[in-house]
Amino acid sequence: MKRSTVVIRPSARALSRQASSQSFLLARSSALTSRQRRLYSTHPPNARLNLPIDYATTPLLAHTSQAALSNPELPASVRNGTTKRMNLFQAINDALSTALAEDESVLIFGEDVAFGGVFRCTTKLAETYGGDRVFNTPLTEQGIMGFAIGAAAEGMRPVAEIQFADYVFPAFDQLVNEAAKFRYRDGAGGRSAGGLTVRMPCGGVGHGALYHSQSPEALFTHIPGLKVIIPRGPVQAKGLLLAAIRSNDPCVVMEPKILYRAAVEQVPTTAYELPLGKAEILKEGKDVTVVSYGQPLYKCMAALKAAEQDFGVSVELIDLRTIYPWDKETVFNSVRKTGRCVVVHEAMVNAGVGAEVAAAIQEDPETFVRLEAPVARIAGWSIPTPLVFEQFNLPDVTSKCYLTLGLADVYADGMPRDIRRHQKGDEFLRDLSMNSGILKQSMLHSSRRGVDWLMGIVLDDIILSVFLV
Amino acid sequence: MKSIRAPLLLRRQGAASALQHALRRQSHPTSILTASSTRQLRRSSSLSQRLDAKHVMFPGAVKSEFSSTMRFEHPSTYPALPTYRVVDQHGVVVDQSFTPDLSDEEVIKLYRDMLTISIMDVIMFDAQRQGRLSFYMVSAGEEAVSVGTASALAKEDVVFCQYREQGVFQQRGFTLAEFMNQLFANHKDYGKGRNMPVHYGSKQLNIHTISSPLATQLPQAAGAAYALKIQRMQDPSIPPRVVAAYFGEGAASEGDFHAALNIAATRSCPVIFICRNNGYAISTPTLEQYRGDGIASRGLGYGIDTIRVDGNDFWAVREVTKKARDLALQDGGKPVLIEAMTYRVSHHSTSDDSFAYRARVEVEDWKRRDNPIARLRKWMEAKGIWDENKEKEARESIRRDVLKAFAEAEREKKPPLRAMFEDVYEELTPDLKKQMGELKIPNMSNNDRVVIAVLIVLSITVILAVVGIKYVRQVARSRITARQVDHGEANEAGESENHGQAQAQAQA
Ligand SMILES: Cc1ncc(C[n+]2csc(CCOP(=O)(O)OP(=O)(O)O)c2C)c(N)n1
Ligand SMILES: [Mg+2]
Repeated sequence: MKRSTVVIRPSARALSRQASSQSFLLARSSALTSRQRRLYSTHPPNARLNLPIDYATTPLLAHTSQAALSNPELPASVRNGTTKRMNLFQAINDALSTALAEDESVLIFGEDVAFGGVFRCTTKLAETYGGDRVFNTPLTEQGIMGFAIGAAAEGMRPVAEIQFADYVFPAFDQLVNEAAKFRYRDGAGGRSAGGLTVRMPCGGVGHGALYHSQSPEALFTHIPGLKVIIPRGPVQAKGLLLAAIRSNDPCVVMEPKILYRAAVEQVPTTAYELPLGKAEILKEGKDVTVVSYGQPLYKCMAALKAAEQDFGVSVELIDLRTIYPWDKETVFNSVRKTGRCVVVHEAMVNAGVGAEVAAAIQEDPETFVRLEAPVARIAGWSIPTPLVFEQFNLPDVTSKCYLTLGLADVYADGMPRDIRRHQKGDEFLRDLSMNSGILKQSMLHSSRRGVDWLMGIVLDDIILSVFLV
Repeated sequence: MKSIRAPLLLRRQGAASALQHALRRQSHPTSILTASSTRQLRRSSSLSQRLDAKHVMFPGAVKSEFSSTMRFEHPSTYPALPTYRVVDQHGVVVDQSFTPDLSDEEVIKLYRDMLTISIMDVIMFDAQRQGRLSFYMVSAGEEAVSVGTASALAKEDVVFCQYREQGVFQQRGFTLAEFMNQLFANHKDYGKGRNMPVHYGSKQLNIHTISSPLATQLPQAAGAAYALKIQRMQDPSIPPRVVAAYFGEGAASEGDFHAALNIAATRSCPVIFICRNNGYAISTPTLEQYRGDGIASRGLGYGIDTIRVDGNDFWAVREVTKKARDLALQDGGKPVLIEAMTYRVSHHSTSDDSFAYRARVEVEDWKRRDNPIARLRKWMEAKGIWDENKEKEARESIRRDVLKAFAEAEREKKPPLRAMFEDVYEELTPDLKKQMGELKIPNMSNNDRVVIAVLIVLSITVILAVVGIKYVRQVARSRITARQVDHGEANEAGESENHGQAQAQAQA
């Protein structure tokens, strides 16, 4: 039986009823499917997009020592060194251990850090460096943050852990009113909370619901004085965390907790820093710029690979890394070249990082005149994260991004053509309307099973974004 | 820092004493013991209730006796914590064990500190009323709390204030000029004109810059104290230091206060929490602020050494703080809470009229019956080191000094506009540089300025030189041509003369 080209996973059932003339992608997709099915039972057959991310093969991670050491941002001495296979929490542990060893003013504390932390990031640190430098605090986020700021103001380099980003809000006052303003307030005295680094796990894992899923980075990007950093994997995490700890500005490091175990790569064994305030171009391209950070980067990668193949577009992928103050230069240069930009993040779309990036692009005269389409945002709905609906809430980066990117070549010479006349556009619009029906149906009797089956599609929005770009 | 001694000890003494040992650690947290604290605590939590024990052995409460009487405790069934006093309202010593530890000159200096801030307060309050500064806060009636406590601290100790502690700054050596520079937000203000008036700070005097959000300084003080403790552990040549943190009884309702006491207790931080309980938080009286036995009772709840003191008694406040400092440095460090009972004689700030919520007579009574400055003065007069004349002289000279500093600071220039973008980050970000450009602030350092000034001077010199040379040349040339013309004319004249003569001759 023949199937459509664009197989958005949940539409599989609909598509199975539908005959299509296109089948050239089928072979690849079913091959992928059979491999992935073992990893992820809820993932339906025949899907091609929204497959579970294969962290073992993703080009975003350095799977070989050679790949890790060829990073041009690393100093020569590190590149001549060795690497070790680490997952994200191990790389963070490595960075923390390095910091404790190299600088006796480094302190590490928070809830449950002494035994290794609930995500194992501080394993063995208390044993190795002593309970005076690595210790548990009482359960008080505002206390932890205030304590850290005071210690920093007296010359220490505290690395405070907030157990989940969802629980940083009691500490919000200390971060916003105190850490961020300490240097400004002190003026000529020159005292600051610059030694401070705050680490917190963030983001969804699929079952965290309202209070174990949030990504509140945008709230901190509104605060001059703070640096907000989100690493995408172990190599980045070690370098960025060390840079944050050594930095003389207070840094908020948010760690996508889904990557703690999932993201594994070869990490240089010696100490190294990666630059703060500098984005990284992960893949060069000509037609569209995708700007993202953290875990969605993996989904972007999957989407752009499929889109490049299916639509013949060339996509540039940028990891912001430091979300504030962010690297406008790199993003602007890219968009001046491609003329199109999609910003992708997991957090809510309203007043999010996407809004800031889009506005900045449109404000920059040199970049604005090169724009051939409005800047698109792919982000979470403006709702809290509901447990059984979590997969509908995590932005469907892959299919949305895929579709958005696919539409990039609908615009020739900056002139939008009739989407319907574009063969591929026509196909996926058909798929979409079909899927919409299924989605609505299944939402009506939203059994857990139905929800699982439909994981990862948010269709009305896809139709919208198709027309937008 | 690490030692295997403690765990060995635990093994030998058995579980029960291990628990007690672990508990004693709180009051005995030498570096040797804290290093193995994780293991100890794990040990203590795994203790189980012994058969037929008379006391609770749960990890969360270990010295509680079992009781067969059901009785809910209420603070009113206990007497209120006493208030320590050395000198009564008449200036008479009531603590017979008290001997002043200061020379006459030193007492007079501290008395003058109290007098200075009270005179400055009156002048600046009025100046605000005249519209010469935007805002002010007085500490009338609370001078002994700030000056008295500060006098018992060491120079190296680190201080966090709320905002009504000008006495702390004065006692530690903040000059009138420094006060005024901050109040007028001129270019000499350390805060570069960014903070509202009375948000003083001094790196030199180890006083952190005041921050408006209430109680945020308290967990910071715990962390700062922990930093001092660790630094001394790492380098024993550093003298022992404590942190003093000031706050009002209103601020003590903030979560940060509770977080601070709890974290300071569990981490054994050498910090003295000093509460000025002045009866009001703006308009809110203490009755609507909290229940129970004041702020002091909270300290006990957190397992902290606590004392309540008569805040209008300079000597009592000083003695208590001296002792608190010793305690804070004992056993490797621990927090201490002082609740100083006093009364806010004036309005909350220049933006407040307190007679909207309290009777005038209440304030007048306080002023008349009990004032910390009057009390210390009575003590000094009884001792024969002070009298009416000295008082008059002191008041006049202080007034003169304040007015002089006032006039000088008011005249000073405001800070440069670029100061508004600086110190947000250690270095200006590209964004901030761009925004500075939009505000037309030359993005230029002082070095750049010098270079540009030199260039301007040089170019003016060059222009002048060129113009000068041109002028000189021109003058010279015009002289030459003039001379040539003269000469030429003369020749011409001569020629024409000759010519004429020739003509004449020819005609002839
Ligand atoms: C977090 C916060 N909430 C409210 C205020 C506004 N405010 C300023 S001072 C004050 C009263 C504080 O009273 P208290 O702590 O007793 O100090 P006092 O003024 O009596 O010296 C209030 C409510 C503030 N500065 N910060
Ligand atoms: Mg008060």
